Amino acid sequence: MSNERSKASSGPLFREPDCDEARAWFRSKPKEMTDKTMSVKEAVSRFVNDGDYLSPGGFGGDRIATAVFHEIVRQKKQDLAFAGHTATHDFQILCAGNQTGRGQLLKQVDIAYIVGLEARGLSPHARRVVESGEIELCEWTNYTLSLRLQAAAMGVPFLPVRGFAGTDTFTRSAAGRVTCPYTQQDISVVPALWPDVAVIHVHDADCYGNCRIRGTSVADYYLARASKRLIVSCEKLISNEEIRRDPTSTIIPFYCVDAVCHVPFGSYPGNMPYEYYSDEEHLREWLSVERERAAHLSFLQRLIFDTQGFDEYFELNGGKNRIEELRRQELQPEEENDEIPHDE
Amino acid sequence: MTVAAPYTPMELMICAAASTLEDGAMVVVGTGAPCAAAMLAQKTTAPNLTLMFEAGGVGPLLPRMPISVGDSRTFYEGLMATSMSDIMETCQRGMVDYTFLGGGQIDAYGNLNSTMIGKDYQRPDVRFPGSGGASDLGSLCWRVMVLTPHDRRRFVKKLDFMTTPGYIDGPGAREDAGLPAGSGPHKVITNLAVMGFDEETKRMRVESLHPDVDLEDVEANTEFELLQNADMAITAEPPPEQLEILRREVDPHRYIIGR
Repeated sequence: MSNERSKASSGPLFREPDCDEARAWFRSKPKEMTDKTMSVKEAVSRFVNDGDYLSPGGFGGDRIATAVFHEIVRQKKQDLAFAGHTATHDFQILCAGNQTGRGQLLKQVDIAYIVGLEARGLSPHARRVVESGEIELCEWTNYTLSLRLQAAAMGVPFLPVRGFAGTDTFTRSAAGRVTCPYTQQDISVVPALWPDVAVIHVHDADCYGNCRIRGTSVADYYLARASKRLIVSCEKLISNEEIRRDPTSTIIPFYCVDAVCHVPFGSYPGNMPYEYYSDEEHLREWLSVERERAAHLSFLQRLIFDTQGFDEYFELNGGKNRIEELRRQELQPEEENDEIPHDE
Repeated sequence: MTVAAPYTPMELMICAAASTLEDGAMVVVGTGAPCAAAMLAQKTTAPNLTLMFEAGGVGPLLPRMPISVGDSRTFYEGLMATSMSDIMETCQRGMVDYTFLGGGQIDAYGNLNSTMIGKDYQRPDVRFPGSGGASDLGSLCWRVMVLTPHDRRRFVKKLDFMTTPGYIDGPGAREDAGLPAGSGPHKVITNLAVMGFDEETKRMRVESLHPDVDLEDVEANTEFELLQNADMAITAEPPPEQLEILRREVDPHRYIIGR
């Protein structure tokens, strides 16, 4: 496969798409309905290992598991591979584990979108980390990374896509080309990706890990099913009876989930649909302190490295009072007059 | 002495872009100027335009412009909140007429770079975010629109990295790469001119110059050779009603048009 593949693209394939290895893993995964609630600290220490391939849910700054990313940095996890599947603030947080005297948290990155925070601009520290050459990179696109997870969720080694080819993005990826047996035309294929661990923030979960998401699901339907281990953080912990009253709303079933962490406001400073809008002021502060190394380090020290957990970080940024304002921005957006940056 | 135009170059760009979108079309947009153009079209000539956002938002009644293409405004009072794959697959099966893209560099074939500037991929001078959904949308939507400032740093002979395919290196190249036939770059709208693509060569061609802009201005700001229409038109000035809606309803805080 890799010989054939190398004719088309030259990027590194960080994990081989081995369906049978994945099947063996999923066979041995515990499937009892047990109470999986635990602290973020425990979840990260049990389910995120050095050298793991980590994949985030949500959309970079929208419905992200901030508390879990902070804890990964705080616990100094090393040599992770990462799926940068429109990774924005989540990637920025993880970059705090590189070039800050804490070893090297990120080692390999599959890229669809990194370094930028959309309209807010590029992260100076993420640029330093990526431009230094210390991370091994492979290029993809939002759809093809999503498709890689879809293939893994389906349990097949690859899936075809009609876009993507003809570009340097393709050449720097680990995609392949095959001849379609029906049309005899060449088509691009992307390899399945089974992350070692995924981290998804949801609206509601029960203690067993049955989860609901409101708003866009981005790639989380597939990500939850593709990942070998899954840490879920939730705004609300709900009862199993409530799940059973409306099973149509369950998007992630318990048997995909390893840990359930109850973290109210856990997407902060990201957006959480129907709950609170992103804290643009705080995100601007992140970008601005990163311009200067010393300021960045003391910012990280104060807000992440020296804090016990997300609650402390949340309080340091205004806590409930700040959330009230962000809730207003979320629920009554027409009335708002904040100074939000806008760009393509 | 010329009288100052009653609109800014950005307003003209947004109005020109809005005018290309037919009623009943489907368009995947990002944040910023493209979103303003689609909202303006929806409030004027194309009330049945369906807006889609790559993270899964479909048909929102946008209360304000989103800041992230995945934030909750992209499905505010929307018709559907779905997945990224669903949006991209709707493009792949041929249902999406337009998308808007940008980038750090564009060449004569409408290929775009949003990945890196520099000679060494591993050690770039500047690392940009990468494709995001751009390469997917630029491959799979029927018509690609580009809204961008016009200068020699952007309009280059050779891209440092081709993130998103335009016409690649000429006629037939998209099809050879397996991309859907009949798709590709449609218009490039800048602060100086509106450009399309020559049917035969697939190279960029100036179709209209904005009022008070000379062809020399456009050429001086473009590193590659531009084709030009035999009878060069002047870009239509935005009608006052359209400008009024843009200023009052689409971007009342002047986030985009104030630039």
